[in-house]
Amino acid sequence: MAPAPSQANTDEHWNRTSRLMFTHLGVWFFFGYVVHMFVVPLNKIIIPVLGFPLGFYMAAQGSLIVFVVMLFMFAKQQDRIDREFGMAEDD
Amino acid sequence: MAVQSADTAAFYKNLGRMYATYTGGFIGFIILVAILEMAGVPNRVLGYLFVGFTIIVYAVIGVMTRTMEVSEYYVAGRRVPALYNGMATGADWMSAASFVGMAGTLFLLGYDGLTWVLGWTGGYVLVSILIGPYLRKFGAYTVPDFMSFRFGGNFARLIAVIVLVCCSFTYVTAQIFGTGIIASRFLGMPFELAVFAGLAGILLCSMLGGMRAVTWTQIAQYIVLIIAYLTPIVILSTSRYGIPIPQLTYGTAIAEITAREGAMLASGLATVANLKPHISPFVSYTPLNFFAICFCMMVGTASLPHILMRYFTTPTVREARQSVAWSLLFIFLLYFSAPAYAAFSKLEVYNNVIGRNLTEIRPWLFTWGELGLIQICGKNAGSIDAIVAACKAIAGHPGVVRLQDFVINTDVIVLSTPEIAGLPYVITGLVAAGGLAAALSTADGLLLAIANALSHDIYYKMIDPNAPTVRRLTVARVLLFLVAVAAAYLASTRPGDILAMVGWAFSLAMAGNFPALVMGVWWKRATTAGAVSGMIAGFGLCIFYLVTTRYFPGAGVTYFGMSSLTNPATGLPLVDVAKAVAAPGGMDSWVTAAHPMASRVGWFGLNNIACGLLGMPLGFLVIYVVSLMTKAPSAEMQAYIDEIRKPRGRTVLEEKT
Repeated sequence: MAPAPSQANTDEHWNRTSRLMFTHLGVWFFFGYVVHMFVVPLNKIIIPVLGFPLGFYMAAQGSLIVFVVMLFMFAKQQDRIDREFGMAEDD
Repeated sequence: MAVQSADTAAFYKNLGRMYATYTGGFIGFIILVAILEMAGVPNRVLGYLFVGFTIIVYAVIGVMTRTMEVSEYYVAGRRVPALYNGMATGADWMSAASFVGMAGTLFLLGYDGLTWVLGWTGGYVLVSILIGPYLRKFGAYTVPDFMSFRFGGNFARLIAVIVLVCCSFTYVTAQIFGTGIIASRFLGMPFELAVFAGLAGILLCSMLGGMRAVTWTQIAQYIVLIIAYLTPIVILSTSRYGIPIPQLTYGTAIAEITAREGAMLASGLATVANLKPHISPFVSYTPLNFFAICFCMMVGTASLPHILMRYFTTPTVREARQSVAWSLLFIFLLYFSAPAYAAFSKLEVYNNVIGRNLTEIRPWLFTWGELGLIQICGKNAGSIDAIVAACKAIAGHPGVVRLQDFVINTDVIVLSTPEIAGLPYVITGLVAAGGLAAALSTADGLLLAIANALSHDIYYKMIDPNAPTVRRLTVARVLLFLVAVAAAYLASTRPGDILAMVGWAFSLAMAGNFPALVMGVWWKRATTAGAVSGMIAGFGLCIFYLVTTRYFPGAGVTYFGMSSLTNPATGLPLVDVAKAVAAPGGMDSWVTAAHPMASRVGWFGLNNIACGLLGMPLGFLVIYVVSLMTKAPSAEMQAYIDEIRKPRGRTVLEEKT
């Protein structure tokens, strides 16, 4: 069962939460900015069948899909951390 | 607990059935209108049917969900399930500009327009990982509630209210203006009348039930707007490419556009100077401004009170996080379709307008030409005769439409797609109803954010903390009404500057709110003095940069070391600042250009729409430095911050109801 609430438990929960936050912030920054800095070389690659230049596609759809998926993942991951430290709400 | 979750389950199940019935009913209604059209009912009547029917439905929901409970009025009783709150947020978020204007911007700018698509979606990541769930656990009714609790009382609350009103009021004015434009264009109502008709629709939805009523109408509005947005391009994609997924098929359209661009250049229909290749980056914005706008829109999203307050309504912190994910999914459905609209329209224009003989122009164009939204050879393209006459007046005109002859208003792209695809009028009416739903739902959310700040934060918390429930809610409604009327009045005067300032709302919210919100949750050491001075400094710098570059470019150049922005196409300065300073009145025309991107001077070549990029770092820095210079927050406050960080347990702030 959930460990007893203690300062150490609180701190460790927050450490893990912070680490998760920074991970997602990194992914967000990569797909929000870094990828698009390389739009010119990426545009030379054409996605087979669909016909999109890759640089254009990343800004129009690729990064957006990543944002949606990472938000669902984040909700799951943070909930797992909360449960592990006995800090999740009752179902 | 068990009883409550059984209750919630029943509530959830009923909701699903209710909105499924509603969606089915709406589709049935579309079919009915289509039958009426075939029976020969005139278009004008069909338009009224569409708009009238949807507004009546919203109003009925608004009246049915009226409430006299404070927690229902401010946070919908905190029992909106994640998925539904996501839909409501989608409608809250997507404004008339997203629905009608975004595809047009992408049409004109090509790749560079995607900064708005990225900027208006990526911010939800920040909402979820940095702010939203923590504010939900805190238990606020409004964003200023949090500022006041965390940062020592009413002074922080007042600043937060000022930031909120500054960024929300211009925004709501633009939404009411949008309802007026859509209603007048489709129903032929006079614009001023249409504005006040839109106002009535907004008030019916929000006044009686506050957040509760707005939530359930926004869900209904989301369903209408997403069906309306997707239907025309799904049909268009199916008829052109045989696949009903326009988001995949427009890749082919883009390849065709690129090929056609080369052909137009080769045959002299376009010149390198006036053709913006659709997939080439940094033609309209410099790389700095492309990324700066993207960043400001993202961080602004995570700072706008009318968005943050939607996550106060979920039953749990866990559902607040899930709800952000659902929100972005529902928003994504529209935003990843907008580039498809742009590509299909552009292909149509490049293939069937540019290079055509003046007498062979397709008739869909004349509807919009008559309204002045499409011009050919500098005159409204109302008929073939008008176009031929206009082009004859140009010396040496070859008799075919060249790219430089063709000017299109961005609003036309979405509105004209049903006609381009050769669809019946019923689809056009559907699109009008969708645009209206987008404008009304955003206006509702903004209006509520402003009125709640005034009634809850200013009146109840600062003026009369002992006010009984009935009086609080009465004051809330009266203020809502007054703010709405003021915004509608302002919209009816067509204020160009106010409308242009909507883009600035993101930067203002970002500079004023973001550092204090983030530091308030993530740094226990942040103190009252630090936060208050950080908010003032960040917001102040942002306003200063806006006002100086917009209205006093001369003073900016002379006293504050500003210089010309860069022309993205050539890399040279946009204007000759030295010459303009020397000539009397040399900058007068810069000041009158009411367009959000019209600034000419600045620091580092930064357009003033991205002024949050200056204000926000300053805000963080000031909060950090001043906090370290002042006494650490009390142990009690630090314990409260620990509580905010743990989903389990009661909310920190317990409102009496």
